[in-house]
Amino acid sequence: MSDLHQSTPRVRLPRSASAGDTIEVRTLIDHPMVTAVSGPGPRDMLARFEATMNGETVIAYDFANGAAANPTFTFHVRAAAPGDFTFTWTHEDGRRFTTEGSVRVT
Amino acid sequence: MTRQTRTTLTRRGFGTLIAASAATLATPGLLRANTNGRLLVVGGGFGGASAARFARINYPDVSVTLVEPQTSFVTCPYGNLILGGRKQLSDITHSYDGLRARGVQVIHDRAQEIDAEGHRVTLAGGDVLDYDKLILSPGIALRWNAIEGYDEAASEVFPHAWWGGDGSQITTLRAQLEALPEGGVVGMAIPDNPFRCPPGPYERISMIAHHLKQANPTAKILAFDSKDGFAKQGLFQDAWEELYGDMIEWIPASQDGRIMRVDTENKLFVSEFGEEHHVDLGNVIPPQYAAGIARDAGLANDSGWVPVNPRSFEAEAARDIHVIGDANVGAPMPKSGYIANSTAKTAVTAALAEISGRPAWDDPVYFNTCYSHAGEDYGISVAAIFRPTDDGFEATPDSGGVSPSGPLSEMSRNRRLEARYADAWYASITDDMFS
Repeated sequence: MSDLHQSTPRVRLPRSASAGDTIEVRTLIDHPMVTAVSGPGPRDMLARFEATMNGETVIAYDFANGAAANPTFTFHVRAAAPGDFTFTWTHEDGRRFTTEGSVRVT
Repeated sequence: MTRQTRTTLTRRGFGTLIAASAATLATPGLLRANTNGRLLVVGGGFGGASAARFARINYPDVSVTLVEPQTSFVTCPYGNLILGGRKQLSDITHSYDGLRARGVQVIHDRAQEIDAEGHRVTLAGGDVLDYDKLILSPGIALRWNAIEGYDEAASEVFPHAWWGGDGSQITTLRAQLEALPEGGVVGMAIPDNPFRCPPGPYERISMIAHHLKQANPTAKILAFDSKDGFAKQGLFQDAWEELYGDMIEWIPASQDGRIMRVDTENKLFVSEFGEEHHVDLGNVIPPQYAAGIARDAGLANDSGWVPVNPRSFEAEAARDIHVIGDANVGAPMPKSGYIANSTAKTAVTAALAEISGRPAWDDPVYFNTCYSHAGEDYGISVAAIFRPTDDGFEATPDSGGVSPSGPLSEMSRNRRLEARYADAWYASITDDMFS
């Protein structure tokens, strides 16, 4: 376990937006995504990415063997009300990497 | 028959020679009628100077004019050695007198506009030059403001030193390095592919570290990269660890290494995910595209680079304009001085085939070696041979490779030799351009 990659999740979203604006959310996590299917192991893969806004899921993605290293997502959300975001990457072994962010709506 | 003499005669070249002789015999009238062709070369760098010199030597009946705004040429290769304190600007500055002595008409002006239909180039000074064939080797332009806040004015504070120009960018960077406060932070921003000189930023990191190790050993280099890998990566990283300990930190894109904004007033690099890094000295190598004259003439595609025929280097968008050097779409060939020099010869041969009656090479081969200095007596290299395909270029399998890796204790002789080879390469290629 100890040689598994320790990842740092990163997100970028605007600090504030006007009500009804569409905002861009960018995420990046450094992770080698080792499938160990045709190369050396051990397998070291993220299983799922999920983002919630005010507790509700806005995007979720289940990774499969085709996923590239250092997965990045860019998506857009309509900011109707102030939003508290939580971003969670879950490893196949159950470990979770999370980070948070919030957008003020004026 | 003396017209058929070549400076080098390879087995492949010999076959061409026989074919050329046969063609000459078959059409002697045509040859004589067309011996007054006008070759215009725009850009006096690795591509253009090589093309002009090669044309004068091999096609003595063709008039050759070279347009270049700078009155002497400062090479980008070996510019990093100025930062390392191992070369002076005069060591990498070359005169156009050798080309003049060979009969090249050298005009120091800026080519402003190409009229592809009319076969004319207008210069900034107002002169208009007619041509039969144009070799366009204009190099790169920097994409100002592609990194927010990085424009021409900002490059006075955070130099790019990514073109030779009048030498002021590289000497400014050197002066800033000498003035770096004790224990100061050098920040570098490195672009995504494709860009001029793929190993260049990493040689620069090495040469800056080489200087700092002696002059300012507690200083740090933060190298922010828009990529997750680079040319000769393993060799460079081994050298950094062996020679400079923990002075250098390389931050790849996957670690938020992509710099999106710079602030010259507050000396900040701001990353893709909003991290603000204070630097005492900033060297920003911004994203690039083909020089303005090529884009303005409509020769570039959406990428900003010029697609060319891989055998003749004729631009896909215009007849009789052959685009060589960093401005074209040459991948997987690197945007290197050696590729510009090597492809210049094929481009000239193809451009002048009709005029001279000597056919273009039917199986051209392009050569590249990129040497880098990672420290004193520490050279590393990557070499490859490329050939044209139906729609581009490909590296010939097993034609090259990189320097062997291994601990310095075992590799020191090899590293020292490659540093010498690098010096010899520089001397010979600049001879092939300017002597």
